[in-house]
Formats: sequence, C-alpha cells, structure tokens
Amino acid sequence: MPLSLGNPVANRSRPSQGLTLRAMGLFYIGVMVVLPMTVMTFQAVRPGPRAFWEAVLDPYALHALKLTFVTAFIMVAVNVVTGTATAWVLVRYEFPGRTLINALIDLPFAVPTVVTGVMLVALYGPSSVLGAILGKAGWKVIYDQPGIILALLFVTYPFVIRSVQPVLLELDRAEEEAAATLGAGSWTTFRRVTLPSLRPSILTGAGLSFSRALGEFGSVVMVAGNQPLLTKTAPIYVFGEVESGNRHGALVVSAVLLACSLLILIGLNALQRKGEARNGG
Amino acid sequence: MAADSDWTNPPAAGPPSAGEAETIGSAWGRRLLIGAVLSWFAILILVPGAALARQALGGGLAAMFAALNQPEVYRAFILSLWITAAATILNTIFGVALALVLVRQRFWGRALLDGVVDMPFAISPIIAGLMLVVLYGPDSALGGWLEDRGIQVVYAAPGMVLATMFVTLPFVTRELVPVLRELGEEYEQAAHTLGAGRWRTFWSVTLPSIRWGVAYGVTLTIARGLGEFGAVLVVSGNIIGRTQTATLYIADGVESFHPEGAYAASMVLAAVSFCLLVGMDLIRRRLDRGKGGQS
Repeated sequence: MPLSLGNPVANRSRPSQGLTLRAMGLFYIGVMVVLPMTVMTFQAVRPGPRAFWEAVLDPYALHALKLTFVTAFIMVAVNVVTGTATAWVLVRYEFPGRTLINALIDLPFAVPTVVTGVMLVALYGPSSVLGAILGKAGWKVIYDQPGIILALLFVTYPFVIRSVQPVLLELDRAEEEAAATLGAGSWTTFRRVTLPSLRPSILTGAGLSFSRALGEFGSVVMVAGNQPLLTKTAPIYVFGEVESGNRHGALVVSAVLLACSLLILIGLNALQRKGEARNGG
Repeated sequence: MAADSDWTNPPAAGPPSAGEAETIGSAWGRRLLIGAVLSWFAILILVPGAALARQALGGGLAAMFAALNQPEVYRAFILSLWITAAATILNTIFGVALALVLVRQRFWGRALLDGVVDMPFAISPIIAGLMLVVLYGPDSALGGWLEDRGIQVVYAAPGMVLATMFVTLPFVTRELVPVLRELGEEYEQAAHTLGAGRWRTFWSVTLPSIRWGVAYGVTLTIARGLGEFGAVLVVSGNIIGRTQTATLYIADGVESFHPEGAYAASMVLAAVSFCLLVGMDLIRRRLDRGKGGQS
C-alpha cells in the first residue's frame, strides 16, 4: 500500500471545512475495524496468559496452526519461482495471446473462493476421471493435504506476478546489457544483475500471498473437509470451535493468526518505505 | 511512482531487438520458458475451470437451468444480490469520504488511519465473522442492548451486510487515494473561488474527475461481496431460505445427494466474476487514459 507522502497543497486555509467529513471517516473505521478488533483481542486475552497458552498448545489447535504454516510455506516457495517466471515472460517476451493471458492473471482474485473449491473438487474429486486415475496410483488430492496446497496456489496465483511485473517493466536494461557484453550468460545475468533489483517486489508478493494463505477458508474447506489432525487448517479450526461453542479456543487461534498477518503487513510496509527512501521517493 | 504504473495492462514492451535476442537466452530457452509458464497457468487455473464447466453443462443447458430453477437457489441469489448491494452502497459512500480525508486533510493520527484501512485484507474472513459475533452476538453487551430494542444483527441480514462490508472495506478507498492525489486540488479551489459551495464542488468538480476510480473500486467490491463466504458463514447461521446466500448454498449443495444445483450455481458465479473482470479491465483502461490526458 502506498504510504501517505502528504499532499503538497496543504489545506490549512480552511481548517473547519472538512470536520464533518473527518468525523465520518473516523466513525467508519472506528466502528467497522477498530472496535471489532479491539473487542476480539480483549476477549482472547481476558482469561489470562495461562489460559491463552493452554488454548494455543491444545494438540488440535497446534496441529491446525502447524498445517496452516507448512502449507503456506510450500505455496510461497512455488509461487516465488512460478510468479517471477510468469512476470518475466509477460514483460520480456512477445507471444500470441500475451494480452489475453495478462488480463486473465487476475481471474483467481475475481472467482469466489467457494467456486475455486468446487472447481478443484470437480477436477480432482473421487468421482472425477482424473481423481480416479490419481487414486489408483495412490495419490489422494481432495480431502487431503495436496488439495490444500492446490487451493492456496489457485487463490494466491496473482500476488507475486502483479508485484514483480511493474518493477520489471521499469527496470533499466542497460545493466543487463552491460553484463551480457562482459560475457555473462543469460542465467548469470539474471541471477547477478536482474534478481537483486527484483528481490523487494518478490518479497512483497510472497508476503502478501503468505498472509492471504494464513486466512484462506472457502477454497480450503471445500477441498480438504475438516478432518482433525489431517486437513483442519487454522481458519477451519476457528470455525469448528465457534460452531461447537469453544469460543475462547477460537479467539486465541484467531489472535495468533491475526498477529502473524499484522507482522507481515508491518514488515512489508517497512520494506516499501526503505525502497522509497532509496529511490529518493 | 511505481505504484501508479499500469500494472494491469503493461504497454507492449516491443519485441526485443535481434541483438538482445541473442544475449537474453536462446530462442529455445525462451520457448521453453513461455511454454512452462503458460502450462502452469493452464493446469492451475484453466483446467479446473473447464472441469467445473463440464460438470455444470454436462447434461446440457436445459438441465443446468432446471437445476437453477429451484426456489432455494433463487432465494439464495436474491439474498446475495441484496446484501452485496447494501454493502457496496455503504462502502462507497464512506469509502469516498475516507479517501478525501486521507488525501486532503492533515491531522494527528492520519498515518495510523491510513494503515488501519488495509487491515481487513490481512484478516481471515472467518476471523472477521467471529469478530462480529463477539461484538454483536446475543450474549455480548452491545448485542443484548440491540436485541432489547428489537434489532437482531447476528444470524440475520444486518450482520451479513456488516461482514460483507468488512471484507470489502479497503477497495474503494485504496482505488481513490492515488486518483485523488493525482488530481490535485486546483480545480476544487477554482470552483470554490468562483463561489461554489462544498457540495456543489464535490458533485460537479470532484466526483466527475474520480468517477472511473470509484467505478473500479465498486466493481472490486461487488465481485468480492458476491463471492464472500467465510465471514458471512460465521454470522449468518446458514438458515436455509432465510440467511443462505449463493455461496452458502453452493457449499451445502456440493456435499448433498443432488450437487447439480451447486455446480450450476458455481458456474453462474464463475461467469459473473469473469464478466466483472472484463469490466475491471475496461475501467482500468479508461482510468489510465484519463491519467495520460491530464498530465
């Protein structure tokens, strides 16, 4: 998110003019975001730190958190490679259908997560042709952990691409050409010259997709079901605990997820500020 | 500024010259990379989409429409539309106001406000729903107080609207902040100098200049609102015929003995999201053209 750089034309001449507007904006954010978050955090920590730890260390909660982080890490590792390659191909190469593909990249953002889940079940589910073939080979995708990773890969597909693409477009190619002139192969040039400039944007895309994966529910619940200690990710655990009346357990795991997402958000913000400072922005 | 660059439709970089073609990878390496990237896209995104289309349309169009022509499907879609409409209208009004505050005003805590706007994107929809249940649920102080006055929020439409508003909250503001910043204040000040009131200035100067930005934010809000599942699931109670939206119907239906309706409804939502994506692409083009024309 762009940090507020401040408007050069400061509106000091009419200070009272926007008070209604400001009150409206503050009321909106206060009621919609700050109040629910505060009340939730308060309720999560109210029974005391010991109860908090016990709820985190509950074997089911711990497994759900671990599964969420492991699947998110695998997804990010794949996305960093494929996303960077896709951005590279879209920016640097000419091929028929490039404009169309470029427009379709955002499709996973537009498709409802439940529909994503239904798509994956239709393709890999036990009653599908592919699912039956994979099942015979001993590969279970749906209602198992590979399905979770596939769902996460689908919903986070655009993040790395869309964060690397603009940087790659603006990149000065003189350095690459110089490296090539000095005899560096194309892979060496990419690794030593291009990649360092892309690193912040790759990291941003990775952080955004990781944060999204920590909270993903709709697609994952459709493909994974909610088998405890097998496919129950943290958001599914939270939902299950709310339904079964263990609200504190749900709140504690939520607080852990929320804290991780906020840390990522703050980290990405700092990264961007650093980048802007370096570019003299 | 990099953030403002045209990332949805990068201008054609032009085919690399002959000299570059030799330095940056051989022709075969290039073909291999393009092939790999396109295959990955197809396997990950297009093939599952095609599998859904096959499931939904396997029995022919008539069968699909028959599956859709059920009262509960109809009610679920109507409810989704109403909730999305209400959330979009409220988020647009407040989102425009918030964007104006963030860009045009200086006050203590503004940077913090700017950061808080993005929080809904970092929060799982399930947690968003849980927050609303904790805050407005029947056993909370606020929920009890509202219930005494005959207002039910959770397990009813108001809660579902609030949940949809929460998950789509940043869209309008985030789209408008760069547009407003680019626009500057000169026109507004000119209108003001010419004697136009604040409302008049907003309606006839500011709003026409930011309309494509608003349209883009609204389209994103609608797309996300129609597809919202987790947050709505937690606050709705999923009461069939009363609080069941299209996505909740799909989730229930796929695991039932008659999944045809769920597949058909998924197909409809996928088609709608595809149309919204095309709409976004067109609006993005208008936005960029406007930007080019002004500077």
